[in-house]
Amino acid sequence: MLLGAVTLLLACQLAGEILTRLLDLPVPGPVLGMVFLFLILCVRGRVPEPVERVTGTLLDHLSLLFVPAGVGVVRYAQRIEQEWLAITVSLIGGTVVALAVTAWVAQRLMPPHRGKDAG
Amino acid sequence: MMDTPAIGELWVYLASAPLFWLTLTLTVYQALDWLFRRSGRFPLLNPVPWSMLLLGGLLVATGTSYESYFAGAQFIHFLLGPATVALAVPLYRQFGAVRRSFAALGVSLVVGCVVAAAAAVAIAGLLGAETSTLVSLSPKSVTTPIAMGVSEKLGGVPSLTAIFVVLTGTIGAVLAAFVYRVFGIRDQRAMGFALGLAAHGLGTARAFQFGETAGAFAGMAIGLNGLATAVLLPLLLPVLLRFFG
Repeated sequence: MLLGAVTLLLACQLAGEILTRLLDLPVPGPVLGMVFLFLILCVRGRVPEPVERVTGTLLDHLSLLFVPAGVGVVRYAQRIEQEWLAITVSLIGGTVVALAVTAWVAQRLMPPHRGKDAG
Repeated sequence: MMDTPAIGELWVYLASAPLFWLTLTLTVYQALDWLFRRSGRFPLLNPVPWSMLLLGGLLVATGTSYESYFAGAQFIHFLLGPATVALAVPLYRQFGAVRRSFAALGVSLVVGCVVAAAAAVAIAGLLGAETSTLVSLSPKSVTTPIAMGVSEKLGGVPSLTAIFVVLTGTIGAVLAAFVYRVFGIRDQRAMGFALGLAAHGLGTARAFQFGETAGAFAGMAIGLNGLATAVLLPLLLPVLLRFFG
């Protein structure tokens, strides 16, 4: 039942939205919804086929879903013009630092790997 | 010269019709996505920033307000919430790998999550960006739907965050091999985990080119960092803004 799977996703999101408002949490409602769905899957012990299909479809086209909000950047053209240097250096520098530090820490701590494509 | 007023009237209808902007968004994205796939997924041709630029440019050129545009595009935007919930499925599938190296991944996750936000805010803050730009930059390593939600909750601008996140993913995918060479990173699991953490879905696509293991660890890192950032950033951000805001 695809309709059931769609309803399950929306119900998880709605529960998340309600909880984050009731408890005044700083976490976005859909992120709590993700936790709820994760817990449901852990209890079920598998991903039901309709849930698989609906989530697969959504995630296959995930990047399309950012476009409408991203277009809203036209309203901030002036700010980007003023702060382009800070933004550009932060995006490049911040990403390089995050990649280097995370990979270095993970490589240090990870137990030895015997997988076929380690190396 | 009969045509001119008719076309003018038609445009008046189209510019204000939700159907037009919704259809145009889908068409532009799919055309650019086709080009991207034809190019062998060359990172600089990623369809997301180009769609934003093209559609945004069209709004400016035609003098259309973002509100008229969004009246149509909101039907796509609405799906971000359910799509965020859907991220539970890949997270659930890769959970086995987390359990096997729980401590190592947990420490890497917390360190990476904090460093990614702190580096972005510190650099932009020192170069004089205003506070709401700093807030919008802080979740830039996290997958877009979560980043936008976090940004909005913390007083940032979700539209700016959307652009920053996509550019971060592109930068991560382009620079990863170089960064790993410089810092001597050779463990596939570390390479993948860092790419997923720092550069979300675009980084994960790049990680799969390093190998199957790197790809799996990257996919897992997307969900974990989304969760970690949603929980830790509200605590961390006030401290960062005190120093760099």
